[in-house]
Amino acid sequence: MSALRLALCLSIALGLGASGVAAADKPDPVTDAKAFQKFFVNKFPKVAFDDFVNGPYSMNEDMRRQWEEKEQFPPYEFALEAGKEMFSKPFRNGKTYADCFPNGGIGIRQTYPYFDAKEGKVITLELALNRCREANGEQPYSYVKDEMAQLTAYMAYTSRGKRFDIKIPDDPRALDAYEKGKEYFYTRRGQLNFSCASCHVQSPGERIRAEILAPALGILNAMPIYRSEWSGMGTISRRFITCNSQTRAVPLEPQSDEYRNLEYYLSYVSNGLPVSGPGARP
Amino acid sequence: MTNNVTTTNVMKKIVFATMVLAVGAGSARAASEADYVAAFAAAESANKEAGRLRNQWTVTQAALNAAKKAADSGNFDSALTSAQQAEALAKASIVQATSEKQRWKDMEIR
Repeated sequence: MSALRLALCLSIALGLGASGVAAADKPDPVTDAKAFQKFFVNKFPKVAFDDFVNGPYSMNEDMRRQWEEKEQFPPYEFALEAGKEMFSKPFRNGKTYADCFPNGGIGIRQTYPYFDAKEGKVITLELALNRCREANGEQPYSYVKDEMAQLTAYMAYTSRGKRFDIKIPDDPRALDAYEKGKEYFYTRRGQLNFSCASCHVQSPGERIRAEILAPALGILNAMPIYRSEWSGMGTISRRFITCNSQTRAVPLEPQSDEYRNLEYYLSYVSNGLPVSGPGARP
Repeated sequence: MTNNVTTTNVMKKIVFATMVLAVGAGSARAASEADYVAAFAAAESANKEAGRLRNQWTVTQAALNAAKKAADSGNFDSALTSAQQAEALAKASIVQATSEKQRWKDMEIR
């Protein structure tokens, strides 16, 4: 009898232990996002929460003044107008982008990327736009600039001020995508041995050559951006590719699973911050 | 007489040593096409493995390109050096990818 009791106690203890391990291993996006936001708020107590979406301008007073003057005639304005025109122009089959998106594609930027349960993968706005084109018999656009940046600039503009509201369903595949995005964010790569976090967590506000590094919190809220360095507009895909190249890592294909997961993670941890795109950066 | 024999022996040894050194140095200096081909294949293989790990470096490809360019112009010394450099870089990128599988967690905000 006592042997039976002992066996029972052991089984319960082992069972509890195992579930404890499983719980510790399960991704916890809510706790992650809280810790992530708290880190930046504590690191920069003088920066208002919503101001993190303004990247380097929230970190440096001189740059901020220049930017505020630049915003009188923003460099992304041409892209915005072109994007608006493209968005409303029907495809050859008579349909438009509005037919592919909820609410006709207006004011929805803050919900992208999302996890598609049917496909089991993350869907970004850039990917959804090209899929819309292909579904309507049109050629997909380059993911990095020009038309894609113009379209996403317009869609971001219609969502300005709306707060990021990225959902992670309680689906192991969605949690896995989120976790993989987090792993990508913190993984060092390239000959320079830099991770995304090396610059945007450890060193925001500091200079790297002539640039002031932006904080990771809210970094995607301003996308797409006009970058003086690029002399033009760039998408989120372009930003990721450039970051990889700068560390001397071979960039992945635009909209690869890794980049989609990274966008999912970075967007989720910026939930609650407003859309400020399209933006302008040095 | 004894001195002469000794001197001759010493001279013989010096000549032999010089020949050995000359042959040795000659083989280290002049790389053959076969040396380059083997080094390039090893570098490409390591870089392919880095690609499988989704962690290639731009500098590896640059070194591979430099090796090929030097080989095309018949400079196999330079081609061999670049190919060996490419292999070392590719191997470093593999080490990075492998170690970062766990090490990324050290950087995480908690």
